[in-house]
Amino acid sequence: MRLLTHNMLSCNVKGVTNGFPLIIQADKVLEKPAELNHDFLRNMFYKVDWKALVDAAKSMGYSELPESAEASMLESLDFLNRFHHALMELHLEEGALICPETGRKFPVDKGIPNMLLHEDEV
Amino acid sequence: MWYLCVFYHRLLDYRKPEVESLAELFGAFDDEKKVQHLEWKLPEDHHPDSPFHFVNLPSEQVARDIANRSILVKGIYELWGEGPTFEELEAAIKDYPEERKLPFLAPHSTFKITVDSFGKVISFEEQTRRITSLAFIPFEGKVDLKNPDHKFWLMETDDYGTNNGLPPVVKRRYFFGREIGGADRKLLPTYQLKSRKYLGPTAMDAEMAFLMANQAMAKPGKLVYDPFVGTGSILVAAAHFGAITMGADIDIRVVRDGRGPDCNIWSNFKQYGLSSPVGLLRADNNLPPWRAGLKEMFDAIICDPPYGVRAGGRKSGGRKLLKGVVGPYTVSDHQRNDHIPSTAPYCLVECVHDLFDLAAKMLVMGGRLVFFYPVAREDEDTHNSSNSYPEHPCFELIATSEQILSSRYSRVLLTMVKMNPYTAEVEVAARLKHLDFRENHLKWLEDGNLHSAVFSPADASDGESKIGRELKPKYRGKYV
Repeated sequence: MRLLTHNMLSCNVKGVTNGFPLIIQADKVLEKPAELNHDFLRNMFYKVDWKALVDAAKSMGYSELPESAEASMLESLDFLNRFHHALMELHLEEGALICPETGRKFPVDKGIPNMLLHEDEV
Repeated sequence: MWYLCVFYHRLLDYRKPEVESLAELFGAFDDEKKVQHLEWKLPEDHHPDSPFHFVNLPSEQVARDIANRSILVKGIYELWGEGPTFEELEAAIKDYPEERKLPFLAPHSTFKITVDSFGKVISFEEQTRRITSLAFIPFEGKVDLKNPDHKFWLMETDDYGTNNGLPPVVKRRYFFGREIGGADRKLLPTYQLKSRKYLGPTAMDAEMAFLMANQAMAKPGKLVYDPFVGTGSILVAAAHFGAITMGADIDIRVVRDGRGPDCNIWSNFKQYGLSSPVGLLRADNNLPPWRAGLKEMFDAIICDPPYGVRAGGRKSGGRKLLKGVVGPYTVSDHQRNDHIPSTAPYCLVECVHDLFDLAAKMLVMGGRLVFFYPVAREDEDTHNSSNSYPEHPCFELIATSEQILSSRYSRVLLTMVKMNPYTAEVEVAARLKHLDFRENHLKWLEDGNLHSAVFSPADASDGESKIGRELKPKYRGKYV
């Protein structure tokens, strides 16, 4: 699971009002190189929740992202490279996503998060 | 400028929509804010199902881009002449402006002439005779059959008899033109399903997947999502065109496990040297796990929803749970990790509703929703009018392409464009509908059961309509 996906997900258990961002329990992190696409990154910059991305990257062992970011930084190639690395190249292979409100664990197995709910949660 | 566009004679309903989508992709329309269509014309005496059409395109470059990326275009040609007889063809070619012809006949260029026909076979001797009879054109270049600079085509249609399964209205006609570009059908055998390592029962066949990816205008830098990803067969086509892909499925066995370490959804991408999806997750389209406020993430959503004919859809919540026979039960903590939550059947209407809600929220403005919708063929008269297809206030339907699957049912590929933003009212209406589906689960399930319409034995009193059906043409055109 890349952090792009993490940035989109929240806990949707019935009754949870603040299920984002999910806390990452990183048991196994992989780095998989991905092709850098500038247009895609510029697009995504306006859509990702920056703070969630910074914290998620930290919990995966990458702390090279600035704490806050603004659109003018997109001019910098160095910034784009870091953003790309955090968003697209860090992989959570094994671990879990934990709901910040209830502590409900969504397992991540072979890189695929299981967001399906149990009977009493729908 | 008008070009001759010749199609492969298959999937007739899909041909023009593909060209129009690619025309938009390659910038044929100046105003991106509204939906536009190309101008089309038919050759004299030709039927709409004919492979020969004329299309108005802004430039030769656009025509070449469209032809080279398309799946159903055999070729797009600059027409030098046409006519019902060879004499009239010759006169027309002679009349065609010299300045359009001479650059392609120059002394140091190479060329090739191909003789082709539709609806009949021309012997090799006859082909040679046809080429020789084109000697009135002042070719000064050299013939090169392998790698010519310019390719010319002499094409003809015969006047059909009534018995070969084709509409009997086409009269003999000759066309001569210069090739601008043509489809690379070689990619179909490369991607054909039987070469695929990991397959499911409803994997999308390669040709159709490419058509869907073209309708979705997949290209590098675009994010394409499939909420019913299965073995990834649709996303493979989108990835081939360079799109960044993402998918979800409710079945963990499909997305995570596959059939082994090198036989799963990832290996289907690796097999062709394509970029793997950026994200795969196990999620229920009925209860999507997106964070609040997340919107306009995807450039296109392409999918083949489970509509209960070959594979039934599932959603969270047990059957008994939704019926109200049992109350919600709690799984004890030590069992939670291995617990497999029960699922209930997911009816078509609800599935489409959820898909619309997802797409309305998650597509960028101008983004495309491309999906299959099943149609029982019994109500042939009603489904031809577009108002029998599902609608949504955020979307405009721009193309419908029918593929007949059996005498009982067909599926229609719907292409929609997001024209209006996802407003608070739309969101409220969607939530109310969602609750209605939950409360009246059984009623909706019975109403939307396509499976029985397709597989239940035909009514005995249905004899008359059966005869009517047999009289229908065997080829899969639409207008006859």
